[in-house]
Amino acid sequence: MIKKDKMKIVSTRCIAKDTIEMVLENQFISGIAVPGQFLHIQVGKHILRRPISIADCNKELNQITILFKINGVGTDELANYQQGEYLDVLGPLGNGFTTDGESKSTVLLIGGGIGVPPLYYLGKTLKENGINIVTILGFQQKDNVFYEQQFQELGETFIVTDNGSYGHKGFVTDVIDQVGRFDCYYSCGPIPMLKALTAKLKGKKGFISLEERMGCGIGACFACVLPTKDGTSYKKICKDGPVFQAEEVTL
Amino acid sequence: MTNLAIELPGLSLKNPIMPASGCFGFGREYSDFYDLGKLGAVIMKAATATGRIGNPTPRVAETASGMLNAIGLQNPGVYKIMETEVSFLSQFDTKIIANIAGSTLEEYEEVAHAFNETEHVHALELNISCPNVKEGGIQFGTDPSMAARVTEAVKKASNLPVYVKLSPNVTDIVSMAKAVEAAGADGLSMINTITGMQIHLPSRKPLIANRTGGLSGPAIKPVAIRMIYEVSQQVNIPIIGMGGIQNAEDVLEFLLAGASAVAIGTANFQNPFICSEIIDELPNILEKYGFHSVQEAIGKGIVS
Repeated sequence: MIKKDKMKIVSTRCIAKDTIEMVLENQFISGIAVPGQFLHIQVGKHILRRPISIADCNKELNQITILFKINGVGTDELANYQQGEYLDVLGPLGNGFTTDGESKSTVLLIGGGIGVPPLYYLGKTLKENGINIVTILGFQQKDNVFYEQQFQELGETFIVTDNGSYGHKGFVTDVIDQVGRFDCYYSCGPIPMLKALTAKLKGKKGFISLEERMGCGIGACFACVLPTKDGTSYKKICKDGPVFQAEEVTL
Repeated sequence: MTNLAIELPGLSLKNPIMPASGCFGFGREYSDFYDLGKLGAVIMKAATATGRIGNPTPRVAETASGMLNAIGLQNPGVYKIMETEVSFLSQFDTKIIANIAGSTLEEYEEVAHAFNETEHVHALELNISCPNVKEGGIQFGTDPSMAARVTEAVKKASNLPVYVKLSPNVTDIVSMAKAVEAAGADGLSMINTITGMQIHLPSRKPLIANRTGGLSGPAIKPVAIRMIYEVSQQVNIPIIGMGGIQNAEDVLEFLLAGASAVAIGTANFQNPFICSEIIDELPNILEKYGFHSVQEAIGKGIVS
């Protein structure tokens, strides 16, 4: 069930360089949102909505948290919305992460940059199910880092920056060997990172969340498609995804 | 009581509002939002003879007051569309228009012929104006004699009324319209998107993987109005107008320019309820500007 509705901005703040955390309120959308889903947000009079993943969801308070990076005219305008204003939102959209893993198993969360947010709601949900969480978060540099403490509350957390200005230097794939045994991985981040990661963890059970420029966000316009492994057909990122099994699609 | 009904070749429409081809898929996704039986008609996404996987991504980009797209006619092929999509849409009390495309004259004929096998499709929209695939029909859409040839061939292959969708990427739209009318077109559908490009500053590359895309949205509405205004005075077949319609006022503007019905495209992406909302609003807007029916408003903006 998808709803087009107003969401009230409960709070908005800058949590890292060009990175905004916004808490939105809507009973229906927060009530059914699952980790990995996204909101399609109308910003001003822009022709296309902006797809932004759900970073957290509080079903008691009817709140959803989104995190986004200012990366163009749409997100720049969205960053200027104030507490108390309303956003026109279509959501929750897409198929989220599978969270029915076995209790006591260990999962590895690997996030890159603005791909980090959906992993937080996922990690919280998995932890509530008794699953052990280990997280690797990659950022460009120190002033881009966010949610380190939040992830540490879920379990052991490694921070990696490209230039080594914070945490480990290098890429998320460089520290995977240090994390020990895990049963399954979940990842979201830039395509080059996901390519390197799925290659390194070939054969391992994993799920990846993808982003792409979208039109309708509901599967009708065929803008955000991705070839399947066998090359004979496509998956729609907005409707069939954004979460896919790592082996299911070609990056 | 405002009369929204309109009679077109093969199409008794309860109202003049239909979603435009390519902007509504085959209706499934939008049927979750409202009863598609409310629509005057549905124009399906383009069908080709065999399935097409379309262009690489990114396929869309926002522009000032519009968007570019280069989907590349991705579709499962006419036979699969007949089997799964037409049968799905036929459950709704609305008319179905099949948009047909091809890269050769023979492919157009095959697709047109295939739709003879179903009683649920009421008209064809002949897509000779897709700007986004190498042989996607645009060569048929920019040369009057080629346009006439494909129109004639499709008319011969099909039992259904044929609405030819014209490309705005021409110098003389009237000669295109006259050529397809003379070749037997039952109606026109105009306009398709305008070819455009956007360059992404950080990467210094065209934002759309196909490099060029079709511009749609409110940015192109004045072009559509102008072309419909010119063409409607020169042909005797009805026009389904489209290009950047966002509200019922825009619909009236298209009627005044000479369109008999309209299609809503890009606006569906921002608001999945847009067609339904426009249908609700149209009677008020017609009344407001002194019309008691859709029929009455057609061509009333033409200055003699």
